[in-house]
Amino acid sequence: MSQISLPHQSNAEVFTVSQFNVLVRDLLEINFSDIWIEGEISNLRKYPSGHYYFTLKDETSEINAVMFAGMAAHLDFDPEDGMHVIGLGTATVYLERGRYQIIVRRMKPAGLGKLQLAFEKLKEKLKAEGLFDEERKRAIPIFPERIGVVTSAEGAAIRDILSILRRRYPVVEVLLFPVKVQGEGASAEVAAGIEAANRYHATKKPIDTLIVGRGGGSLEDLWAFNEEAVARAIFISRIPVISAVGHEVDFTIADFVADLRAATPSAAAELVVPDRQEVVSLLAQRLSEVQSIVQARLQDFQTQLDLLLSSYAFRRPIQRLREFQQRLDHLSDLMLRSFRAHNLAIQERFEKLFSRLEAVNPVAVMRRGYSVVQDQSGRLIKSIEQVDLHEQVNVRLHQGALLCEVLEKIRSGELEA
Amino acid sequence: MPKRSVQVEKALARLEEIVKSLDASELSLEDSLKLFEEGVKLADSLKKRLEESELRVKKVLESAEGFRVTDFED
Repeated sequence: MSQISLPHQSNAEVFTVSQFNVLVRDLLEINFSDIWIEGEISNLRKYPSGHYYFTLKDETSEINAVMFAGMAAHLDFDPEDGMHVIGLGTATVYLERGRYQIIVRRMKPAGLGKLQLAFEKLKEKLKAEGLFDEERKRAIPIFPERIGVVTSAEGAAIRDILSILRRRYPVVEVLLFPVKVQGEGASAEVAAGIEAANRYHATKKPIDTLIVGRGGGSLEDLWAFNEEAVARAIFISRIPVISAVGHEVDFTIADFVADLRAATPSAAAELVVPDRQEVVSLLAQRLSEVQSIVQARLQDFQTQLDLLLSSYAFRRPIQRLREFQQRLDHLSDLMLRSFRAHNLAIQERFEKLFSRLEAVNPVAVMRRGYSVVQDQSGRLIKSIEQVDLHEQVNVRLHQGALLCEVLEKIRSGELEA
Repeated sequence: MPKRSVQVEKALARLEEIVKSLDASELSLEDSLKLFEEGVKLADSLKKRLEESELRVKKVLESAEGFRVTDFED
Protein backbone atom coordinates (compact mmCIF):
# COMPACT_ATOMS: atom_id res chain seq x y z
CA MET A 1 0.00 0.00 0.00
CA SER A 2 2.72 2.43 -0.96
CA GLN A 3 0.26 5.11 -2.13
CA ILE A 4 -0.98 5.68 1.38
CA SER A 5 0.99 8.62 2.69
CA LEU A 6 0.11 9.77 6.15
CA PRO A 7 0.30 13.53 6.53
CA HIS A 8 2.73 14.78 9.02
CA GLN A 9 1.17 16.09 12.21
CA SER A 10 3.30 18.45 14.24
CA ASN A 11 3.25 18.20 18.04
CA ALA A 12 1.33 21.44 18.54
CA GLU A 13 -1.32 20.66 15.90
CA VAL A 14 -4.77 19.35 16.83
CA PHE A 15 -7.29 18.33 14.14
CA THR A 16 -10.89 19.35 14.34
CA VAL A 17 -13.33 16.51 13.75
CA SER A 18 -14.16 17.96 10.35
CA GLN A 19 -10.55 18.23 9.36
CA PHE A 20 -9.89 14.68 10.37
CA ASN A 21 -12.91 13.30 8.53
CA VAL A 22 -11.91 15.17 5.37
CA LEU A 23 -8.42 13.81 5.72
CA VAL A 24 -9.64 10.23 6.05
CA ARG A 25 -12.11 10.72 3.21
CA ASP A 26 -9.37 11.93 0.89
CA LEU A 27 -7.18 9.02 1.84
CA LEU A 28 -9.97 6.56 1.07
CA GLU A 29 -11.06 8.20 -2.16
CA ILE A 30 -7.54 8.44 -3.55
CA ASN A 31 -6.67 4.87 -2.71
CA PHE A 32 -9.99 3.09 -3.21
CA SER A 33 -11.60 4.86 -6.15
CA ASP A 34 -12.27 1.79 -8.32
CA ILE A 35 -12.83 -1.23 -6.21
CA TRP A 36 -14.92 -4.31 -6.97
CA ILE A 37 -16.71 -5.63 -3.96
CA GLU A 38 -18.91 -8.69 -3.52
CA GLY A 39 -21.55 -9.14 -0.83
CA GLU A 40 -25.17 -9.59 0.07
CA ILE A 41 -27.61 -6.68 0.03
CA SER A 42 -29.48 -5.99 3.25
CA ASN A 43 -31.50 -3.15 4.72
CA LEU A 44 -32.15 -1.74 1.25
CA ARG A 45 -34.03 1.58 1.17
CA LYS A 46 -35.09 3.08 -2.15
CA TYR A 47 -35.72 6.81 -1.78
CA PRO A 48 -38.17 8.84 -3.86
CA SER A 49 -35.16 10.79 -5.08
CA GLY A 50 -34.03 7.60 -6.81
CA HIS A 51 -31.07 7.04 -4.47
CA TYR A 52 -30.57 3.55 -3.05
CA TYR A 53 -29.14 3.11 0.45
CA PHE A 54 -28.17 -0.37 1.63
CA THR A 55 -25.67 -2.49 3.47
CA LEU A 56 -23.35 -4.97 1.84
CA LYS A 57 -22.36 -7.85 4.06
CA ASP A 58 -20.74 -11.23 4.20
CA GLU A 59 -20.64 -13.77 7.04
CA THR A 60 -18.54 -11.64 9.35
CA SER A 61 -18.56 -8.03 8.25
CA GLU A 62 -20.55 -5.27 6.64
CA ILE A 63 -20.21 -1.90 4.94
CA ASN A 64 -22.68 0.92 4.25
CA ALA A 65 -23.35 1.55 0.61
CA VAL A 66 -25.16 4.11 -1.47
CA MET A 67 -26.06 4.16 -5.14
CA PHE A 68 -27.17 7.53 -6.44
CA ALA A 69 -30.16 7.94 -8.71
CA GLY A 70 -28.16 8.62 -11.88
CA MET A 71 -26.36 5.30 -11.53
CA ALA A 72 -29.26 3.32 -10.07
CA ALA A 73 -31.31 4.19 -13.16
CA HIS A 74 -28.88 2.17 -15.29
CA LEU A 75 -29.25 -1.07 -13.33
CA ASP A 76 -30.46 -3.94 -15.49
CA PHE A 77 -31.96 -5.78 -12.52
CA ASP A 78 -34.04 -4.85 -9.52
CA PRO A 79 -31.97 -5.13 -6.34
CA GLU A 80 -33.59 -6.75 -3.34
CA ASP A 81 -32.58 -7.65 0.19
CA GLY A 82 -30.74 -10.96 0.30
CA MET A 83 -29.42 -10.64 -3.23
CA HIS A 84 -25.81 -11.53 -3.79
CA VAL A 85 -24.13 -8.81 -5.85
CA ILE A 86 -20.83 -7.55 -7.21
CA GLY A 87 -20.44 -3.76 -7.16
CA LEU A 88 -17.91 -1.28 -8.51
CA GLY A 89 -17.45 1.86 -6.48
CA THR A 90 -15.38 4.27 -4.43
CA ALA A 91 -14.81 4.16 -0.70
CA THR A 92 -15.47 7.43 1.05
CA VAL A 93 -16.58 9.03 4.29
CA TYR A 94 -19.97 10.58 4.98
CA LEU A 95 -18.59 13.67 6.64
CA GLU A 96 -21.57 14.66 8.79
CA ARG A 97 -21.61 11.32 10.55
CA GLY A 98 -18.00 10.39 10.13
CA ARG A 99 -19.24 7.14 8.68
CA TYR A 100 -17.29 5.22 6.14
CA GLN A 101 -19.21 3.94 3.14
CA ILE A 102 -18.94 2.93 -0.47
CA ILE A 103 -20.53 4.82 -3.35
CA VAL A 104 -21.53 2.17 -5.86
CA ARG A 105 -21.52 3.12 -9.55
CA ARG A 106 -22.17 -0.26 -11.17
CA MET A 107 -23.70 -3.44 -9.82
CA LYS A 108 -24.72 -6.88 -11.08
CA PRO A 109 -26.05 -10.03 -9.45
CA ALA A 110 -23.07 -12.16 -8.44
CA GLY A 111 -24.90 -15.47 -8.61
CA LEU A 112 -26.09 -14.72 -12.10
CA GLY A 113 -22.58 -14.07 -13.26
CA LYS A 114 -21.38 -17.42 -12.00
CA LEU A 115 -24.40 -19.32 -13.31
CA GLN A 116 -24.15 -17.59 -16.65
CA LEU A 117 -20.54 -18.62 -16.92
CA ALA A 118 -21.35 -22.25 -16.07
CA PHE A 119 -24.18 -22.17 -18.60
CA GLU A 120 -21.97 -20.89 -21.42
CA LYS A 121 -19.23 -23.41 -20.66
CA LEU A 122 -21.61 -26.39 -20.60
CA LYS A 123 -23.38 -25.18 -23.72
CA GLU A 124 -20.10 -25.01 -25.65
CA LYS A 125 -19.01 -28.42 -24.43
CA LEU A 126 -22.28 -30.21 -25.28
CA LYS A 127 -22.53 -28.45 -28.61
CA ALA A 128 -19.03 -29.62 -29.53
CA GLU A 129 -20.06 -33.16 -28.60
CA GLY A 130 -22.99 -32.97 -30.98
CA LEU A 131 -25.81 -33.06 -28.43
CA PHE A 132 -27.60 -30.18 -30.14
CA ASP A 133 -27.28 -31.48 -33.73
CA GLU A 134 -30.46 -31.08 -35.74
CA GLU A 135 -29.84 -34.35 -37.63
CA ARG A 136 -30.16 -36.43 -34.50
CA LYS A 137 -33.44 -34.93 -33.36
CA ARG A 138 -36.25 -37.49 -33.27
CA ALA A 139 -39.62 -36.85 -34.88
CA ILE A 140 -42.52 -36.19 -32.51
CA PRO A 141 -45.33 -38.69 -33.24
CA ILE A 142 -48.48 -37.02 -34.58
CA PHE A 143 -50.99 -39.40 -32.99
CA PRO A 144 -49.55 -40.50 -29.64
CA GLU A 145 -51.30 -43.07 -27.45
CA ARG A 146 -49.22 -42.68 -24.30
CA ILE A 147 -47.44 -39.57 -23.06
CA GLY A 148 -44.88 -39.45 -20.27
CA VAL A 149 -44.43 -36.31 -18.19
CA VAL A 150 -41.36 -35.75 -16.02
CA THR A 151 -42.16 -32.92 -13.62
CA SER A 152 -43.28 -32.21 -10.08
CA ALA A 153 -46.54 -33.81 -8.92
CA GLU A 154 -47.37 -30.63 -7.01
CA GLY A 155 -46.45 -27.93 -9.52
CA ALA A 156 -48.61 -25.90 -11.88
CA ALA A 157 -46.97 -27.60 -14.87
CA ILE A 158 -48.76 -30.96 -14.59
CA ARG A 159 -52.11 -29.27 -13.95
CA ASP A 160 -51.69 -27.02 -17.01
CA ILE A 161 -50.70 -29.99 -19.18
CA LEU A 162 -53.63 -32.15 -18.03
CA SER A 163 -56.20 -29.42 -18.50
CA ILE A 164 -55.11 -28.82 -22.10
CA LEU A 165 -54.99 -32.54 -22.90
CA ARG A 166 -58.51 -32.97 -21.49
CA ARG A 167 -59.84 -30.29 -23.79
CA ARG A 168 -57.76 -31.06 -26.85
CA TYR A 169 -57.19 -34.81 -27.04
CA PRO A 170 -58.31 -36.87 -24.03
CA VAL A 171 -57.66 -40.03 -26.04
CA VAL A 172 -54.19 -40.52 -24.57
CA GLU A 173 -52.93 -42.07 -21.37
CA VAL A 174 -50.66 -39.79 -19.33
CA LEU A 175 -47.93 -41.22 -17.13
CA LEU A 176 -46.50 -38.81 -14.58
CA PHE A 177 -42.99 -39.55 -13.37
CA PRO A 178 -42.92 -37.24 -10.34
CA VAL A 179 -39.60 -35.52 -9.60
CA LYS A 180 -38.25 -32.58 -7.67
CA VAL A 181 -37.69 -29.74 -10.15
CA GLN A 182 -35.76 -27.26 -8.06
CA GLY A 183 -33.30 -27.10 -5.21
CA GLU A 184 -30.58 -29.50 -4.15
CA GLY A 185 -30.56 -32.73 -6.15
CA ALA A 186 -33.24 -31.62 -8.62
CA SER A 187 -31.17 -32.24 -11.75
CA ALA A 188 -30.34 -35.78 -10.63
CA GLU A 189 -34.05 -36.45 -10.00
CA VAL A 190 -35.12 -35.06 -13.36
CA ALA A 191 -32.47 -37.17 -15.10
CA ALA A 192 -33.58 -40.25 -13.13
CA GLY A 193 -37.20 -39.53 -14.11
CA ILE A 194 -36.27 -39.50 -17.79
CA GLU A 195 -34.37 -42.76 -17.35
CA ALA A 196 -37.28 -44.36 -15.46
CA ALA A 197 -39.65 -43.38 -18.28
CA ASN A 198 -37.31 -45.03 -20.76
CA ARG A 199 -37.15 -48.22 -18.70
CA TYR A 200 -40.94 -48.26 -18.49
CA HIS A 201 -41.07 -47.75 -22.26
CA ALA A 202 -38.68 -50.65 -22.83
CA THR A 203 -40.16 -53.13 -20.37
CA LYS A 204 -43.86 -52.25 -19.83
CA LYS A 205 -45.80 -50.24 -22.39
CA PRO A 206 -44.49 -48.00 -25.16
CA ILE A 207 -44.44 -44.26 -24.43
CA ASP A 208 -44.71 -42.16 -27.59
CA THR A 209 -43.54 -38.78 -26.34
CA LEU A 210 -41.97 -37.46 -23.15
CA ILE A 211 -42.54 -33.94 -21.80
CA VAL A 212 -39.80 -32.76 -19.44
CA GLY A 213 -40.23 -29.46 -17.64
CA ARG A 214 -41.70 -27.20 -15.00
CA GLY A 215 -43.60 -23.95 -14.66
CA GLY A 216 -42.00 -20.53 -14.64
CA GLY A 217 -39.56 -19.38 -11.99
CA SER A 218 -36.39 -17.43 -11.45
CA LEU A 219 -33.21 -18.38 -13.24
CA GLU A 220 -32.05 -20.19 -10.11
CA ASP A 221 -35.35 -22.11 -9.88
CA LEU A 222 -34.94 -23.34 -13.44
CA TRP A 223 -31.33 -24.27 -13.00
CA ALA A 224 -31.79 -28.05 -12.90
CA PHE A 225 -32.66 -27.82 -16.59
CA ASN A 226 -29.28 -26.26 -17.30
CA GLU A 227 -27.32 -29.12 -15.79
CA GLU A 228 -25.35 -31.76 -17.59
CA ALA A 229 -27.13 -34.77 -16.04
CA VAL A 230 -30.48 -33.63 -17.48
CA ALA A 231 -28.95 -32.84 -20.87
CA ARG A 232 -27.37 -36.29 -21.10
CA ALA A 233 -30.55 -38.08 -20.02
CA ILE A 234 -32.51 -36.26 -22.74
CA PHE A 235 -29.81 -37.08 -25.26
CA ILE A 236 -29.84 -40.82 -24.66
CA SER A 237 -33.63 -41.07 -24.26
CA ARG A 238 -35.20 -43.51 -26.69
CA ILE A 239 -38.49 -41.63 -26.35
CA PRO A 240 -38.67 -38.29 -28.24
CA VAL A 241 -38.51 -35.43 -25.72
CA ILE A 242 -40.33 -32.09 -25.67
CA SER A 243 -38.71 -29.64 -23.24
CA ALA A 244 -41.18 -27.43 -21.42
CA VAL A 245 -39.44 -25.07 -19.02
CA GLY A 246 -41.61 -22.06 -18.23
CA HIS A 247 -39.46 -19.14 -19.18
CA GLU A 248 -39.96 -16.77 -22.00
CA VAL A 249 -36.68 -15.20 -22.91
CA ASP A 250 -33.76 -17.56 -22.60
CA PHE A 251 -33.27 -21.12 -23.65
CA THR A 252 -32.12 -23.74 -21.17
CA ILE A 253 -29.58 -26.42 -22.02
CA ALA A 254 -32.49 -28.89 -21.93
CA ASP A 255 -34.17 -26.87 -24.72
CA PHE A 256 -31.12 -27.23 -26.96
CA VAL A 257 -30.92 -31.02 -26.51
CA ALA A 258 -34.66 -31.76 -26.66
CA ASP A 259 -36.22 -32.91 -29.92
CA LEU A 260 -38.73 -30.08 -29.65
CA ARG A 261 -38.78 -27.03 -27.41
CA ALA A 262 -41.95 -25.57 -25.94
CA ALA A 263 -41.85 -22.23 -24.13
CA THR A 264 -44.19 -23.43 -21.36
CA PRO A 265 -45.78 -26.70 -20.17
CA SER A 266 -49.08 -25.52 -21.69
CA ALA A 267 -47.40 -24.99 -25.05
CA ALA A 268 -45.92 -28.49 -24.80
CA ALA A 269 -49.39 -29.94 -24.26
CA GLU A 270 -50.57 -28.15 -27.41
CA LEU A 271 -47.66 -29.58 -29.39
CA VAL A 272 -47.76 -33.13 -28.11
CA VAL A 273 -51.22 -34.05 -29.43
CA PRO A 274 -53.39 -33.13 -32.41
CA ASP A 275 -56.76 -31.49 -31.86
CA ARG A 276 -59.34 -34.27 -31.84
CA GLN A 277 -61.65 -32.20 -34.04
CA GLU A 278 -58.95 -32.17 -36.70
CA VAL A 279 -58.63 -35.94 -36.47
CA VAL A 280 -62.40 -36.35 -36.74
CA SER A 281 -62.26 -34.21 -39.90
CA LEU A 282 -59.47 -36.32 -41.31
CA LEU A 283 -61.49 -39.40 -40.53
CA ALA A 284 -64.60 -38.00 -42.19
CA GLN A 285 -62.59 -37.29 -45.27
CA ARG A 286 -61.17 -40.82 -45.45
CA LEU A 287 -64.63 -42.24 -45.00
CA SER A 288 -66.07 -40.11 -47.77
CA GLU A 289 -63.32 -41.32 -50.08
CA VAL A 290 -64.18 -44.92 -49.25
CA GLN A 291 -67.86 -44.21 -49.79
CA SER A 292 -67.53 -42.58 -53.16
CA ILE A 293 -65.26 -45.30 -54.51
CA VAL A 294 -67.53 -48.04 -53.26
CA GLN A 295 -70.60 -46.31 -54.59
CA ALA A 296 -69.09 -46.18 -58.07
CA ARG A 297 -67.98 -49.78 -57.81
CA LEU A 298 -71.39 -50.93 -56.62
CA GLN A 299 -72.92 -49.25 -59.63
CA ASP A 300 -70.57 -51.16 -61.93
CA PHE A 301 -71.33 -54.45 -60.27
CA GLN A 302 -75.05 -53.82 -60.34
CA THR A 303 -74.86 -53.24 -64.07
CA GLN A 304 -72.88 -56.42 -64.55
CA LEU A 305 -75.26 -58.31 -62.35
CA ASP A 306 -78.25 -57.14 -64.34
CA LEU A 307 -76.53 -58.37 -67.47
CA LEU A 308 -75.83 -61.71 -65.88
CA LEU A 309 -79.35 -62.13 -64.65
CA SER A 310 -80.81 -61.42 -68.03
CA SER A 311 -78.45 -63.76 -69.83
CA TYR A 312 -79.74 -67.29 -70.41
CA ALA A 313 -76.41 -68.98 -69.66
CA PHE A 314 -76.54 -67.87 -66.08
CA ARG A 315 -80.07 -68.87 -65.24
CA ARG A 316 -78.99 -72.18 -63.77
CA PRO A 317 -77.08 -70.88 -60.77
CA ILE A 318 -79.85 -68.36 -60.29
CA GLN A 319 -80.24 -69.15 -56.62
CA ARG A 320 -76.66 -68.14 -55.93
CA LEU A 321 -77.07 -64.97 -57.93
CA ARG A 322 -80.19 -64.06 -55.99
CA GLU A 323 -78.27 -64.44 -52.72
CA PHE A 324 -75.61 -62.24 -54.16
CA GLN A 325 -78.20 -59.66 -55.10
CA GLN A 326 -79.61 -59.74 -51.59
CA ARG A 327 -76.25 -59.17 -50.06
CA LEU A 328 -75.67 -56.30 -52.45
CA ASP A 329 -78.96 -54.71 -51.47
CA HIS A 330 -78.16 -55.12 -47.82
CA LEU A 331 -74.80 -53.47 -48.21
CA SER A 332 -76.21 -50.66 -50.33
CA ASP A 333 -78.60 -49.96 -47.49
CA LEU A 334 -75.79 -50.03 -45.02
CA MET A 335 -73.84 -47.58 -47.10
CA LEU A 336 -76.76 -45.26 -47.60
CA ARG A 337 -77.30 -45.16 -43.86
CA SER A 338 -73.66 -44.40 -43.22
CA PHE A 339 -73.83 -41.70 -45.89
CA ARG A 340 -76.76 -40.04 -44.17
CA ALA A 341 -75.00 -40.24 -40.84
CA HIS A 342 -71.76 -38.78 -42.06
CA ASN A 343 -72.39 -36.70 -45.13
CA LEU A 344 -73.54 -33.44 -43.57
CA ALA A 345 -70.59 -33.45 -41.25
CA ILE A 346 -68.31 -34.24 -44.15
CA GLN A 347 -69.47 -31.27 -46.18
CA GLU A 348 -69.17 -28.89 -43.29
CA ARG A 349 -65.72 -30.08 -42.45
CA PHE A 350 -64.42 -30.30 -45.94
CA GLU A 351 -64.06 -26.55 -46.33
CA LYS A 352 -61.92 -26.26 -43.26
CA LEU A 353 -59.97 -29.29 -44.19
CA PHE A 354 -57.31 -27.91 -46.46
CA SER A 355 -56.08 -25.35 -44.00
CA ARG A 356 -56.30 -27.81 -41.14
CA LEU A 357 -54.68 -30.62 -43.00
CA GLU A 358 -51.76 -28.40 -43.80
CA ALA A 359 -51.00 -28.59 -40.11
CA VAL A 360 -51.37 -32.34 -39.95
CA ASN A 361 -49.73 -33.54 -43.14
CA PRO A 362 -50.09 -31.39 -46.26
CA VAL A 363 -47.69 -33.47 -48.32
CA ALA A 364 -49.72 -36.62 -47.83
CA VAL A 365 -52.85 -34.81 -48.95
CA MET A 366 -51.22 -33.51 -52.10
CA ARG A 367 -49.68 -36.88 -52.81
CA ARG A 368 -53.20 -38.24 -53.05
CA GLY A 369 -53.84 -35.88 -55.93
CA TYR A 370 -55.26 -32.84 -54.22
CA SER A 371 -53.92 -29.42 -54.92
CA VAL A 372 -54.17 -26.02 -53.31
CA VAL A 373 -54.82 -22.85 -55.29
CA GLN A 374 -53.29 -19.59 -54.11
CA ASP A 375 -53.30 -16.11 -55.55
CA GLN A 376 -50.09 -14.23 -56.23
CA SER A 377 -49.92 -12.98 -52.65
CA GLY A 378 -50.15 -16.54 -51.31
CA ARG A 379 -53.76 -16.28 -50.12
CA LEU A 380 -55.72 -19.54 -50.35
CA ILE A 381 -58.45 -19.46 -52.97
CA LYS A 382 -61.60 -21.10 -51.73
CA SER A 383 -64.17 -19.66 -54.09
CA ILE A 384 -64.26 -18.66 -57.72
CA GLU A 385 -65.30 -15.22 -56.51
CA GLN A 386 -61.79 -14.68 -55.19
CA VAL A 387 -60.18 -14.59 -58.62
CA ASP A 388 -60.66 -12.51 -61.75
CA LEU A 389 -60.57 -13.73 -65.31
CA HIS A 390 -57.01 -13.86 -66.64
CA GLU A 391 -55.60 -13.56 -63.17
CA GLN A 392 -52.56 -15.71 -62.54
CA VAL A 393 -52.82 -18.29 -59.78
CA ASN A 394 -50.46 -20.82 -58.24
CA VAL A 395 -51.64 -24.42 -58.12
CA ARG A 396 -49.58 -26.24 -55.53
CA LEU A 397 -49.23 -29.99 -56.04
CA HIS A 398 -47.16 -32.76 -54.56
CA GLN A 399 -43.55 -32.00 -55.57
CA GLY A 400 -44.22 -28.63 -57.17
CA ALA A 401 -46.48 -25.90 -58.35
CA LEU A 402 -48.10 -24.72 -61.56
CA LEU A 403 -48.45 -21.12 -62.53
CA CYS A 404 -51.86 -20.93 -64.23
CA GLU A 405 -54.05 -18.32 -65.80
CA VAL A 406 -57.79 -18.27 -65.20
CA LEU A 407 -59.39 -18.82 -68.62
CA GLU A 408 -62.95 -19.32 -67.50
CA LYS A 409 -65.00 -19.48 -64.30
CA ILE A 410 -67.48 -22.36 -64.13
CA ARG A 411 -69.95 -22.72 -61.26
CA SER A 412 -70.34 -26.20 -59.75
CA GLY A 413 -73.90 -26.57 -61.07
CA GLU A 414 -72.61 -26.19 -64.60
CA LEU A 415 -70.03 -28.90 -64.04
CA GLU A 416 -72.45 -31.83 -63.73
CA ALA A 417 -71.80 -34.28 -66.52
CA MET B 1 -64.70 -48.98 -23.20
CA PRO B 2 -62.91 -52.07 -24.51
CA LYS B 3 -59.51 -52.67 -22.99
CA ARG B 4 -57.74 -52.71 -26.32
CA SER B 5 -59.15 -49.71 -28.15
CA VAL B 6 -58.41 -48.90 -31.76
CA GLN B 7 -55.16 -46.96 -32.08
CA VAL B 8 -55.62 -43.66 -33.87
CA GLU B 9 -52.52 -43.73 -36.01
CA LYS B 10 -52.98 -47.38 -37.02
CA ALA B 11 -56.65 -46.88 -37.82
CA LEU B 12 -55.95 -43.84 -40.00
CA ALA B 13 -53.19 -45.71 -41.81
CA ARG B 14 -55.49 -48.70 -42.35
CA LEU B 15 -58.20 -46.41 -43.71
CA GLU B 16 -55.73 -44.92 -46.13
CA GLU B 17 -54.73 -48.42 -47.16
CA ILE B 18 -58.39 -49.30 -47.70
CA VAL B 19 -58.88 -46.25 -49.91
CA LYS B 20 -55.83 -47.22 -51.94
CA SER B 21 -56.83 -50.85 -52.43
CA LEU B 22 -60.39 -49.90 -53.32
CA ASP B 23 -59.18 -47.32 -55.77
CA ALA B 24 -56.31 -49.10 -57.41
CA SER B 25 -56.94 -52.78 -57.73
CA GLU B 26 -59.35 -55.05 -59.52
CA LEU B 27 -61.06 -56.32 -56.42
CA SER B 28 -63.99 -58.66 -56.51
CA LEU B 29 -67.32 -57.28 -55.34
CA GLU B 30 -67.08 -59.44 -52.22
CA ASP B 31 -63.64 -58.12 -51.35
CA SER B 32 -64.58 -54.50 -52.07
CA LEU B 33 -67.58 -54.74 -49.80
CA LYS B 34 -65.56 -56.48 -47.11
CA LEU B 35 -63.09 -53.63 -47.23
CA PHE B 36 -65.91 -51.11 -47.20
CA GLU B 37 -67.49 -52.70 -44.16
CA GLU B 38 -64.15 -52.80 -42.42
CA GLY B 39 -63.59 -49.13 -43.25
CA VAL B 40 -66.97 -48.00 -41.96
CA LYS B 41 -66.60 -50.02 -38.76
CA LEU B 42 -63.10 -48.75 -38.18
CA ALA B 43 -64.12 -45.15 -38.81
CA ASP B 44 -67.09 -45.48 -36.49
CA SER B 45 -65.16 -46.97 -33.61
CA LEU B 46 -62.37 -44.43 -34.04
CA LYS B 47 -64.82 -41.55 -34.09
CA LYS B 48 -66.47 -42.95 -30.99
CA ARG B 49 -63.14 -43.19 -29.27
CA LEU B 50 -62.14 -39.64 -30.24
CA GLU B 51 -65.41 -38.21 -29.02
CA GLU B 52 -65.98 -40.28 -25.90
CA SER B 53 -62.55 -40.85 -24.38
CA GLU B 54 -61.68 -39.49 -20.97
CA LEU B 55 -58.10 -38.66 -20.12
CA ARG B 56 -56.39 -41.41 -18.11
CA VAL B 57 -53.67 -40.18 -15.76
CA LYS B 58 -51.33 -42.42 -13.78
CA LYS B 59 -48.43 -41.75 -11.47
CA VAL B 60 -45.42 -44.02 -11.95
CA LEU B 61 -42.86 -44.60 -9.20
CA GLU B 62 -39.83 -46.78 -9.75
CA SER B 63 -38.07 -48.65 -6.96
CA ALA B 64 -35.86 -51.69 -6.62
CA GLU B 65 -38.99 -53.87 -6.77
CA GLY B 66 -40.00 -52.36 -10.09
CA PHE B 67 -42.70 -49.91 -11.15
CA ARG B 68 -45.63 -48.93 -8.98
CA VAL B 69 -48.46 -47.37 -10.99
CA THR B 70 -51.30 -45.56 -9.20
CA ASP B 71 -54.08 -43.23 -10.29
CA PHE B 72 -53.11 -39.58 -10.21
CA GLU B 73 -55.70 -37.11 -8.98
CA ASP B 74 -54.94 -33.55 -9.94
